[in-house]
Amino acid sequence: MFFQSAFARERAYQFTVGTLLCLAIGVPLSNLLLPQESSFALSSYSVSLLGKYLCYALLALALDLVWGYAGLLSLGHGAFFALGGYAMGMYLMRQIGSRGVYGDPELPDFMVFLDWQELPWYWLGFDHFSFALLMALLVPGALALLFGWLAFRSRVTGVYFSIMTQAMTFALMLAFFRNEMGFGGNNGLTDFKDILGFDMQSDAVRCGLFVATALLLLASYMGCRWMLATRFGSVVLALRDAESRVRFLGYSVASYKLVVFVVSAMLAGLAGALYVPQVGIINPGEFQPLNSIEIAIWVAVGGRGTLHGAMLGAVIIAAAETMLTARLPELWLFALGALFLLVTLLLPQGVAGLLGGRRSD
Amino acid sequence: MGGGAVTESIDTRHGVILYLEDVSVSFSGYKALNKLSLAVDDGELRCLIGPNGAGKTTLMDVITGKSRPDEGSVFLGQDINLLQHDEATIARLGVGRKFQKPSVFPRQSVRDNLALAVQGHRSPWEALWYRPSSADSDRVASLLETVGLNAVAHQLAGGLSHGQKQWLEIGMLLAQEPLLLLIDEPVAGMTQQETERTAELLQSLVPQRSVVVVEHDMVFVRSIARKVTVLHEGAVLMEGSIDEVQSDSRVREVYLGEAC
Repeated sequence: MFFQSAFARERAYQFTVGTLLCLAIGVPLSNLLLPQESSFALSSYSVSLLGKYLCYALLALALDLVWGYAGLLSLGHGAFFALGGYAMGMYLMRQIGSRGVYGDPELPDFMVFLDWQELPWYWLGFDHFSFALLMALLVPGALALLFGWLAFRSRVTGVYFSIMTQAMTFALMLAFFRNEMGFGGNNGLTDFKDILGFDMQSDAVRCGLFVATALLLLASYMGCRWMLATRFGSVVLALRDAESRVRFLGYSVASYKLVVFVVSAMLAGLAGALYVPQVGIINPGEFQPLNSIEIAIWVAVGGRGTLHGAMLGAVIIAAAETMLTARLPELWLFALGALFLLVTLLLPQGVAGLLGGRRSD
Repeated sequence: MGGGAVTESIDTRHGVILYLEDVSVSFSGYKALNKLSLAVDDGELRCLIGPNGAGKTTLMDVITGKSRPDEGSVFLGQDINLLQHDEATIARLGVGRKFQKPSVFPRQSVRDNLALAVQGHRSPWEALWYRPSSADSDRVASLLETVGLNAVAHQLAGGLSHGQKQWLEIGMLLAQEPLLLLIDEPVAGMTQQETERTAELLQSLVPQRSVVVVEHDMVFVRSIARKVTVLHEGAVLMEGSIDEVQSDSRVREVYLGEAC
């Protein structure tokens, strides 16, 4: 059984890498090269939509790393995602320059509206793309470091950890709703124009963003797999199954959890940073506790502790949501609930278990 | 945090590996340990017995840093104050603990279980870049030999029998080259044959190491112990050979109704 499952895992890995590479090459080609009336041509709308799904897949990958492998059910990953999104959104706001409704050369529209005289200090540096990208990783990472340090040091685990992470994202939502925070309050950040000087509405930029998302997702997936294949990964798996044995073997359990939690938060931040330019808006709604719970549903449906399962679950549910909300919007939440129940009862290893790749044993 | 060198530094010149003095622990008014004093000699195989609630597990918890005593002192060798260290550090200092319930990593192979226990490479950063050296592989091979699990080295630990899991866990403790091993009820639930094998295994561990075994099974205690300590109501009731202990009237009294 051990070798069989290793084989199935290898096959799932090859399939995932192959699919992502095909998407990274095929999607832009069909959008840019094929004539629009061809039945294989993807509209620009579809390219951004697929890009959004891949951002969700990256977010699910991040949660699977902490939940599926380290056994920590974070219900606050939406917060890390949103923080990464805000960092990118701030850069995109700076790119608008003087083309805002009020035409202020220095301040974004919402600050002019609030009658602010100068840019708050924490907006400095966001003129630069690389700084914003760095912040999209570092801010979620730093929050996870602080939060995780407090939680793991006091050995907060299980449902208490989950509740605390929910509280964290809820508190951030309330904070970001406030206009005085300087992040656009209720409306968030939107009306973006350019990214790196290129028009964000152009097909080439949309395709570029898609390719970047697909490749970064691929790199993150391979990175997670590599990490879990090392002795580090063995320790993480071991602490999920027998935490005190790991502690008595002389490993600092809290440091391992902390590293996994911080890496995971940074991946979620990266997903947010890729998401915002493709959907064109970031607002405090992204911090809703419900969003974070939905990520856990993606991972559970896809199959936790497999990485590829989590990514698949995110894409399946996001695609189903797009289709159902377009036709029967009032049914969507019922369908999501039913799906979650079905998978929990009938497919304890999720869709990935159904496809033959066993979970992490 | 390399680990290797730390165990060398335990000072056992006076022949004592573990020394507890007047240790008290209470949980919301209940005194689990009551001014308990105990000394374990270097290289000794000591059995701790006592009725339920006598404080055996609490004593293990105090030595390994899981519980903090309200008062008293706990020393490893002459000069390492265990009360100043946390569980992970105490483990690295050379104190290994075997839980009553087998506690192995079920989803990893027997070999991987032992490999994780082999000394050194404890920080996340070191673990990330760890490549097994040939010395480490040899160490795992010799541990497999010691605990007699060569034939099942590639099986998942979750699929082992109860006795095999206990031996694997003892092997994991040995991998850390502890100077002091604490073992909680090793033969509970074992077959007769498994119990005999366990007795041989434990006896082979001394005098290179010191071993403290908590056990209820008096036949097993008789088969391994040279010196037995009886705990009662959080303190040491008496100490002596198994014959002395079994003929002592106070011991008979506290054990009345228990298997003796």
